[in-house]
Amino acid sequence: MNDRTPAKKPGLALWLPLILFAGFFALVIWGLVRPADREVASAFIGKPLPQFDLPPAIDERPGLATSVFKAGKPRLLNVFASWCVPCAVESPQLAQLAGQGVEIDGVAIRDRKEDVARFLAQNGNPFARIGKDDLSQVQLAIGSSGVPETFVVDGKGVIRYQHIGDIRPEDVPMILSKLEEAGK
Amino acid sequence: MSAIKAKHQRLVLLVIALIALIGAGLLAAWALKNQAAYFYVPSDLVAHPPEAGRAVRLGGMVEKGSISHAADGVTVNFVVGDGKARVPVRFTGITPDLFVEGSGVVAEGRMEGQTFVADNLLAKHDEKYVPREMKDMTAQQAKQVVAETK
Amino acid sequence: MIAELGLAVLWMAAALAVLQLVAGVLALRPEGRQIAGLVRPVAVMQGVLVAAALAALITLFLTTDLSVKLVAENSHSMKPFIFKLAGTWGNHEGSMLLWVTIMAVAGGFVALIEKRLPENTLIATLAGQSFVSLGFYAFLLLSSNPFQRLPEPAPEGAGLNPLLQDIGLAFHPPTLYVGYVGLSIAFSFAVGALVTRDVGPAFARAMRPWVLGAWIFLTLGITAGSYWAYYTLGWGGWWFWDPVENASLMPWLAATALLHSCSVLASRNALKAWTVMLGVIAFSMSMVGTFLVRSGILTSVHAFAVDPERGSFILALLAIYIGGALTLFGLRASTVTEGARFSFVSREASLVFNNVMLCGILGIVLVGTLYPLLTEAMGVKVSVGPPYFNPVSAVFAIPMMLVMGVGPLLRWRQDSLDGKRAGRVTLPVGVCALLSAAVLLGVELMAPQIKLLPALGLAIAAGLAPASFLPLRGRNLRRTPLATWGMVFGHFGIAVALFGMASESAFSTERLAAMRPGDTQQVGPYTVKLEGIGPVAGPNWTALEATVSASYAGAAPAILHPQARTFSNPPGNRTESALKTRWNGQLYAVLGEEGEDSRWQMRFWWKPFVPMIWYGGALIAFGGLLALLGRVAADVRRLVATGKIAYRRSRKAQLGVGQ
Repeated sequence: MNDRTPAKKPGLALWLPLILFAGFFALVIWGLVRPADREVASAFIGKPLPQFDLPPAIDERPGLATSVFKAGKPRLLNVFASWCVPCAVESPQLAQLAGQGVEIDGVAIRDRKEDVARFLAQNGNPFARIGKDDLSQVQLAIGSSGVPETFVVDGKGVIRYQHIGDIRPEDVPMILSKLEEAGK
Repeated sequence: MSAIKAKHQRLVLLVIALIALIGAGLLAAWALKNQAAYFYVPSDLVAHPPEAGRAVRLGGMVEKGSISHAADGVTVNFVVGDGKARVPVRFTGITPDLFVEGSGVVAEGRMEGQTFVADNLLAKHDEKYVPREMKDMTAQQAKQVVAETK
Repeated sequence: MIAELGLAVLWMAAALAVLQLVAGVLALRPEGRQIAGLVRPVAVMQGVLVAAALAALITLFLTTDLSVKLVAENSHSMKPFIFKLAGTWGNHEGSMLLWVTIMAVAGGFVALIEKRLPENTLIATLAGQSFVSLGFYAFLLLSSNPFQRLPEPAPEGAGLNPLLQDIGLAFHPPTLYVGYVGLSIAFSFAVGALVTRDVGPAFARAMRPWVLGAWIFLTLGITAGSYWAYYTLGWGGWWFWDPVENASLMPWLAATALLHSCSVLASRNALKAWTVMLGVIAFSMSMVGTFLVRSGILTSVHAFAVDPERGSFILALLAIYIGGALTLFGLRASTVTEGARFSFVSREASLVFNNVMLCGILGIVLVGTLYPLLTEAMGVKVSVGPPYFNPVSAVFAIPMMLVMGVGPLLRWRQDSLDGKRAGRVTLPVGVCALLSAAVLLGVELMAPQIKLLPALGLAIAAGLAPASFLPLRGRNLRRTPLATWGMVFGHFGIAVALFGMASESAFSTERLAAMRPGDTQQVGPYTVKLEGIGPVAGPNWTALEATVSASYAGAAPAILHPQARTFSNPPGNRTESALKTRWNGQLYAVLGEEGEDSRWQMRFWWKPFVPMIWYGGALIAFGGLLALLGRVAADVRRLVATGKIAYRRSRKAQLGVGQ
């Protein structure tokens, strides 16, 4: 980095900064592509759901308990909230999944009954059951750190996949294949 | 003044700058070798313990049921495990908000006898924060950790 | 409507940037002379348009237009005005728009007022500037459009991260951005000068105000950032040598070196290639810093939204700009003519020394910051902290600060330390050095428990503080140029900040205890008593608040309220420390958790003279401001004078024709 131009032989010294920079560049390129697992909560994959029994978040649907996930068929568990914009964005994808026969259960985080009802009236209700998690206890216990997040849970109550953020249209086939995998 | 002298001055300046640069590089290399804090997971720490008093970082899962508070009210003892080995840790201070049993933690400190004495616990502000060193570990060893901490 | 308008204007500005680049490149060829007149107006127009785009985005945020995705994701109708405003740049897209705005407005400003540089160099500079901007336009328009609409308006915004609802954090990033972008102007000047091989005093004078301005903002940004980390993290420390902090320090170090070499080039026409090199390095460091922070490639204690993809984009830009500039340097620097000579005892020599030392520190910080990545490439994980950075950077900082006391007293070109000059230079500096030595001896005798570095810091601060005023000695204070005052304040600020740092690490006392209401503790001169703990509620948070009465050496107690806050939307926790500032230090209180036996964890520090760190930082920035005002005022006077002369000439010519 430090250099002064020598009068006669400007050659190498002038290229030194570029060489150093190339070294830096190679290093950070390696740092960016290194095969590190950047997913936050992968530790919860392969782990059984913790025990919980949540009261219903709206009157029309029952609440949600761990036992539901042990019935033998893989299900989706969607963590959402009426105050979350991406949750509204992913609702068509959830509806699409529900339309293909996937059973989806919801956990509403820090929400009010009337807000949840309005949110579902606006965006559609793909959920079979919705539990109300006012203290984010279940959310934290299953390793979710934000909304929305979606979990694929196999028929024995074990988390098979965690999707952080909203489900985009292009994610739907992947979610379906994860569900199929979990069903095996 | 002659042109030779100007060249001479440039050369001297260049040599001084290069010496400073090389000096800085050597100094940095030497100091980094001695001062960098190595990152350990519990099984490494047990298998190849660092020299006593050397500052290192220990990352792992806080084992369920292992947190106990000492009588002074500000010292906490807990066990950090990675599924293969367990290390008792002592920390005096205010624990971060997200320091809970079953979650990941990185402790900065040193070994004193069989106990790891932490100066600082990282389990930071952001709920999404997982120390990057831990991500590798969870990927490789998630199964064991799960079996252990369940 | 406003969103579409903003997007349209942004596209137009990008198109103008393309035009500015193409026209600039063509104008440098002999056959493209006619087109040269186009470059300046285009640059000005580009600045105006992109400023309009930013204004549009600000309007959207202030009116909380929830049909815009960015607003819905980052704002909330109930948020206080000031945070709605800050929300504009509190996210990736908005901050990028702010970045190009500052860049384009600065470029337009250069186009409007810069008359000293040879026209060719200026055109090359503006072309370079638009080349740099184009990368950011591409980034904005192709991958992170801030004006994107939602298919359906959101019913309510998703709020702002509670960590960002802090006045310090709201204005901290834009301050640093202004600094970074100012350095991009310096970079463009350096590239322009390399292209036309015209590196001389005019180039240095044109570049200097921009470097100074950038440097002022960087100084303020680092100072404020340090204070912010000090009171929000609740760890009692003011600098952690964390990658995010280093990312802001490295451009500052490079800019400081550039500032000083610029003044050598401006006054003495020496250090040509070196100054150009520093111009490139200073901007590279801003880009490297932004890259390190945004890519999440290094682990930081400061929570930061990271995105490896955006990181790669910044890295690609970095490779193009910096790789290109360094290649240009390699090709052209040997053709830059040699500078004027100077002897080893001279102002230039001391400034060269300063430069080399600053670059040494820069190298130390850069290597230490990247070292974890380097070792990880070899399969070993390490972290690098204060045990490395403090002593190793001191190896360079201490000699630099010693020379800082002497350098400003020396004459340009050649000076001597004996004979006639002994009374002016050697004697007063000797007195200051004796003062330093006395302080060091006193500390070692009276408080041998104080470690070497803080003791040296106290000693150097004691000598440097009076030495920084020596350049004023024997001068008519009213006639002294503002720039000289600026230097005096800047150097004095360094001494003040150094005193604060050394004092903090030498004299701080800490008390950590589990307390029941009614318990008292002694921390330094303070007696603190926990009066009670109760719940309080704010607009979007609830908190447990401790009431602590703190009495300084038996005086009437002051009340402090440290809190542990819980935010609801989005959920999060934060510790709010409480501070009690006195002229001679600060009491710092943090509330922890409730133990099993209804005792509360409390942590207190007494930190003598710790505010001096930030007062020093403010003084340094103030010194920079004075210097900038001095330079700009001189430039304006020159501009007015040349204008008058030209006017008179034209009048004379007219009269001559009339007769």
